[in-house]
Amino acid sequence: MGTTLAAAFLASLVECVEALTVVLAVGSVRGWPGALAGAATALGVLAAIVAAVGPALTRIPLHMVQLVVGAMILLFGMRWLRKAILRAAGLIALHDEAAAFAKETAVLRGARVARGWDRLAFAAAFNITMLEGTEVVFIVIALGAGGRELMATASLGAIAALLAIVALGFALHRPLARVPENTLKFVVGVLLSAFGTFWVGEGAGIAWPGDDLAIPALMAAYLAIALCMAPVCRRVARAVPLATEEDKTDALV
Amino acid sequence: MRWYRSIAREVVGLFVDDGSFAGAILVWLALVVVVLPRLAAGARWAGLALFAGLAAILIVSVLRFARQGTK
Repeated sequence: MGTTLAAAFLASLVECVEALTVVLAVGSVRGWPGALAGAATALGVLAAIVAAVGPALTRIPLHMVQLVVGAMILLFGMRWLRKAILRAAGLIALHDEAAAFAKETAVLRGARVARGWDRLAFAAAFNITMLEGTEVVFIVIALGAGGRELMATASLGAIAALLAIVALGFALHRPLARVPENTLKFVVGVLLSAFGTFWVGEGAGIAWPGDDLAIPALMAAYLAIALCMAPVCRRVARAVPLATEEDKTDALV
Repeated sequence: MRWYRSIAREVVGLFVDDGSFAGAILVWLALVVVVLPRLAAGARWAGLALFAGLAAILIVSVLRFARQGTK
C-alpha cells in the first residue's frame, strides 16, 4: 500500500513538474486568466474521463485487468527505465526544466497577443495539462490495477503530487528546476517495471515466491540492473569510435 | 482540434519510443502468458523466468544503444 502511494506520488510529481513549467511560461508571458482556465478545464476533462473509465474497470475480471494493465505498465515503466539508464550513462541529454521554460516563453513571446480572450494561452495550458494529465491517469490506473483499495491509494498519491506542485508553483512562480527529475524518473522506472512484472505474473497465474513480497524483491533486482548498466553503457560508448549525436537521436525515435 | 491528435501521439509515445524494445517485451510477455502456465503451473521459478527475460531485453537494448556509434 505504501509502495503504491509512493510510486503514484513520485511518478505523478514528474508529470506535474513538466506541466507546471509550461503553464508558468504561458501565465508569465500571456497572462494568468487564459493559462489557469486552460489548465483547470483540462483537469476537469481528465476528472470526467476517470469518473467514466474507473468504475468500468472494476467490472472486468481481475486477472484480465492485471494482464493488460501489467503489460502496459511494463512497456511504460521499462521505457522510462531504459531512458533513465541512458541518461545516467550520459548517452542522451538530461531533461532541463529551466531550458524548457526558456524555450516555451520564447515561442509564446513570438506569437501575436490577441485582445480579449487569449485563445493561445488557453490552448497551450490546456494541451500540456491534458498531455501530462493523461500520463498521470494512466499511472494511477496501472498502479491501482490490483483492486479498489489500491486504486484509491494510487489516486491519493497522484492528488498529493498535484497539490504539492500547484502549491510550489504558486509560491515560487518559476519552474522547478531543482526537482531531481531525472533521478525521480530512474526511481519511478524501477517501481513501474517491478509492478508491471508482478501484475503480468499474477494475470498469467504465476505463483510468486513470497506473494506480495515479490514486489520489493523485483524493485531491488531492477534497481541493481539499472545501477550496473549505467556505468557499463558509459564504458561501452567510450570504447566505440565515431558516435555522433544524430545517430543517438535517430535511435531514440 | 489538433490537441486530440497530439494526445493520441503522446499516449502511443507513453509505451513506445524504440519499436524493437517494445516489440521484444510484448513477444516475451505473449510467450510467458501462453507457454509458462502450461509448462510450469504453480512453479516458483516461473516468476523468475518472466523477470529474467525482461531484464535481458532491457540489458540488450541499452547495450545496443551504447554501441550504436560504430559504422
